[in-house]
Amino acid sequence: MDENILLENFQKKVDAEIKVEPKDWMPEKYRKTLIRQISQHAHSEVVGMLPEANWLTRAPSLRRKMILLAKIQDEAGHGLYLYSSAETLGADRQDLIEELLSGKAKYSSIFNYPTLTWADIGAVGWLVDGAAIMNQVMLTRASYGPYARAMVRICKEESFHQRQGFEIVANLANGTPEQKEMAQDALNRWWWPSLMMFGPTDDNSPNSALSMKWKIKRKSNDELRQDFIDRTVQQAEAIGLTVPDKDLKWNEEKGHYDFGTINWDEFFEVIKGNGPCNQERLSARQEAYNKGSWVREAAKAYAAKKQVSKAA
Amino acid sequence: MDVKEALKIFALNHGDDALVLSHRITEWCGHGPELEEDIALSNVGLDLLGQAQSLLNYAGELGGEGKNADDLAYRRREREFTSLLLVEQPNGNYANTIARQFFYDTFHYYFLQGLKNSQDEFLKGFAEKSIKEVAYHLRHSSKWVIIFGDGTDESHQKIQEAVEQIWKYTGEMFEVSEAYSTLQKANILPNLDEVKSNYQTKISEVLAEAKLKIPEGTFMSTGGRNGIHTENLGYMLTEMQYLVRTYPDANWD
Repeated sequence: MDENILLENFQKKVDAEIKVEPKDWMPEKYRKTLIRQISQHAHSEVVGMLPEANWLTRAPSLRRKMILLAKIQDEAGHGLYLYSSAETLGADRQDLIEELLSGKAKYSSIFNYPTLTWADIGAVGWLVDGAAIMNQVMLTRASYGPYARAMVRICKEESFHQRQGFEIVANLANGTPEQKEMAQDALNRWWWPSLMMFGPTDDNSPNSALSMKWKIKRKSNDELRQDFIDRTVQQAEAIGLTVPDKDLKWNEEKGHYDFGTINWDEFFEVIKGNGPCNQERLSARQEAYNKGSWVREAAKAYAAKKQVSKAA
Repeated sequence: MDVKEALKIFALNHGDDALVLSHRITEWCGHGPELEEDIALSNVGLDLLGQAQSLLNYAGELGGEGKNADDLAYRRREREFTSLLLVEQPNGNYANTIARQFFYDTFHYYFLQGLKNSQDEFLKGFAEKSIKEVAYHLRHSSKWVIIFGDGTDESHQKIQEAVEQIWKYTGEMFEVSEAYSTLQKANILPNLDEVKSNYQTKISEVLAEAKLKIPEGTFMSTGGRNGIHTENLGYMLTEMQYLVRTYPDANWD
């Protein structure tokens, strides 16, 4: 069939809100865009384990330690579902992981910031997972079926992550003066990088239009960012913390908060590899992979022997 | 020794084992050999943390000083910890971690099997719940012992070395203290000779299937139950207790 007709039918299907499934025809660019996006998301889950695991051995109560361990374990699980959904598009998990380890593939830049105090664990849950959820809730309606379904499952767990993060920050904000200071300091450091998580402004985001047309995305970067700000500012006020933006102001007419200018130079520097922890994160993944290679080889060799003895 | 005092000591002993081993497991989180294994090992860590919390809360209640599990985990000093030397041994490579886990899981499983008949209601309930978790732990660690032993030459060598290295810490699990013997007489704790015999059968089976040699060494290190640890524990506690010690008046929830 003529490529143009296929494309036209594909668009009709997407417009009619019928999910695209793995064996259906899809434009090559749609496939590639999804593989890139889903694998970046998978990598982000896996790399995102590191800044949180940084505080596991110092978590200040058994309950907090359990919650944090369970949360990080969920993230490993999310990584697995997402690699599997990328595989439904013909990608190979091994190749995707190698692209991450070689530095070719990207992951969310937010994980290149350090977790310096216990309050950062709260801030990561509250702000980073909170920002991620805005995006992921939208993606539960993505046109690609396996991705949308993986997101439904992931969103349920993410909302628990966001809540536990907010609970940590709220607990600190109501604690001793030192704890409150720790919470405010974490908000100061994580606020702006969290806003950057939604990506460049709409007039600066060339791929977005096609993703919207194909209903991979349904809201623009700026819309999502605004939703996040509107929601989070109120949460900060409720626990007596100050959002570090002197231009932040409720705009009655628009029904939204106005906010200050994001430092996009910082954003692009971190993407280029110049964030505070880019090297550390990548080398931690490389080290885990290299140190684990004999384990994976043993498992393969053992499975092969069992296969032979079964066949015999 | 009265039964209540003995029970408190026992709950501390086993609570400390679970606490210290779970801490070692959390050190792997995010750095495991593959994602599936990160998830599996975290499961084991979570179960042990939950068990530590139950047992230490119980020890706190029995102590009568209003202490809870967090007080006991975060505000005791190294000489007050009564965990086995086995569980504080560093993670090493994945074979070292698996060997440590395998010996502990095997002991833990057969111990809980006996504890299900305890005359102490709390411990009986605790054993019934925990043995389901520990059955999985044992399946997981014995599976890896066999994979390593019968996998590649490299994995075989690594797990054999790991078994040899950890061996001298496996005797302490079967020591009968005064508290233990008090509780065994009261039918609160299982007969350790029976636990040991089940343990020996299981490890012989698994090591044979893994084509590994059972170490011949008979020397066994001891001291953990009396708070005489290896140098490893102090560093672990320094890290674990850092926030609580730095901000002694703060509540972390």
